[in-house]
Amino acid sequence: MLISKPPDIPPSEITDEAVYNGRRRFLAAASAATAGLFLNRVSAADLPPDLPGLPPARPSPFSTHERKTPYRDITNYNNFYEFATDKYSPATLAASLTTRPWTVTVDGAVRRPGTYGIEELIRMNPLEDRIYRHRCVEGWSMVIPWVGFPLNRLIRQVEPTGNARFVKFVTLYDPREMPGQRSDILHWPYVEGLRIDEAMHPLTILAVGLYGRVLPNQDGAPVRLVVPWKYGFKSIKSIVRISFVEKQPLTTWVRAVPSEYGFYSNVNPRDDHTLWSQARERRIGDFFKRPTLLFNGYGEQVAQMYRGMDLDKYF
Amino acid sequence: MVPVRILWLKRVVFAACLVPLVVLALEGWRRGLGANPIAAIEHSTGRWALVFLLVTLSVTPLRRLTGWYWLLRFRRMFGLYSFFYTGLHVLSYVILDQFFDWTAIFHDISRLPFMTVGFASFVLLIPLALTATNGMVRRLGAKRWQALHRLVYVIAIGGVLHYLWLVKLNTTDPDIYAAILAVLLGFRIVMVIGRRIRRPMTERLPRLPADGAE
Repeated sequence: MLISKPPDIPPSEITDEAVYNGRRRFLAAASAATAGLFLNRVSAADLPPDLPGLPPARPSPFSTHERKTPYRDITNYNNFYEFATDKYSPATLAASLTTRPWTVTVDGAVRRPGTYGIEELIRMNPLEDRIYRHRCVEGWSMVIPWVGFPLNRLIRQVEPTGNARFVKFVTLYDPREMPGQRSDILHWPYVEGLRIDEAMHPLTILAVGLYGRVLPNQDGAPVRLVVPWKYGFKSIKSIVRISFVEKQPLTTWVRAVPSEYGFYSNVNPRDDHTLWSQARERRIGDFFKRPTLLFNGYGEQVAQMYRGMDLDKYF
Repeated sequence: MVPVRILWLKRVVFAACLVPLVVLALEGWRRGLGANPIAAIEHSTGRWALVFLLVTLSVTPLRRLTGWYWLLRFRRMFGLYSFFYTGLHVLSYVILDQFFDWTAIFHDISRLPFMTVGFASFVLLIPLALTATNGMVRRLGAKRWQALHRLVYVIAIGGVLHYLWLVKLNTTDPDIYAAILAVLLGFRIVMVIGRRIRRPMTERLPRLPADGAE
């Protein structure tokens, strides 16, 4: 119902699982010094530091085969206003965030509300590698190897009622650990939302890892949303609450600048903000800009959810 | 100050004004400009263009307050350095950011308010840089030259607005520039009013040429 067909990746391009698993075993056996040679020739500095690992993750047909953005760039160029409004200091400021123990409360219009520990979430949902394009509203993009699980798995567990038309997500509010929250630059805590069908879509994941390890704090540890066809700010970080609601939630950026940010915020090369043209984007690491694709290139999977909607009106 | 000493000081200041560019180049060479080096170059050159513009505008107030008339000898250099960093800023946008995509550049300038005001300020700065020589002052005549160079006030306001309008939410940094500019412009307004008040009515008509276009 939600997805018409998988992306057009020729079967020949999908690595055979046996080969894939073999590569994993091989890598596990390889020494740290030589591992770098096999991971897309990424230099040692671009590999994750010794963050804890995660249970093995399965590959996903939703993953892109584009060149992955180096770990260093993904973890040192972050919009995370809970720590700072520049993109470089969250990498150091977020070190103060306590991500274990951590719980996520699921409530609202569901038959089985509950509170889940982060380890429990990871244990009860099989993890997948999801290599997604990530498009920031500021005109830059990355290719990010997330590790996570489809949000719809969690949604099915809690059994939403007929009143659950939207899903509201809330970030941790803790000004002691998140110094950016001491200023009222945005209304805290950060709130995001999805329509229930968007939340159920198989592309929508809760990410708990990056490059095979647990999420670094600055990238939204310990658990964040990833909605790859929407601008990055929709993919809310460090989630503590997921509520199923009847009314469209007032999300943080819409509340801050309603003329510039919309609830949907689907990537759309035609829409212009007063700060950025969205027609093209710079992939981090590239010199030339590239054209931005409608729905960030995920139109085949998601466009039917918006059929009949005026995307310029519902931006 | 003794002319010889001013000459030496000028050389030192000239070299010092190049330090931001050297630092930027070294950082780039060491790959120290972060994940988005093009944005870093645009931000750095833009910042220094604005800094030198404000430094240029602070020469006259400082001279008045301290009585150091030799400061005036540095004003042109600061102004030209502002133009220099503005030029680098514009070039980094046109070449590094857009790579001569004139359609995209036109779109940005015509549709994004911060680009419109930034581009206008850059264009207005060009005649000021071109007429920065003693020869041009003579050719234009001091009065017309001064009138032309009063454009710097408009340019400075435009430059600060360009910065203020491009930040997403946190305006702390551009607010500092705006505050400094307000003080520098306010000083001039106070001077003009003060002169009018002190001047006897008989001298006010016919109006005397203003004695400073700084």
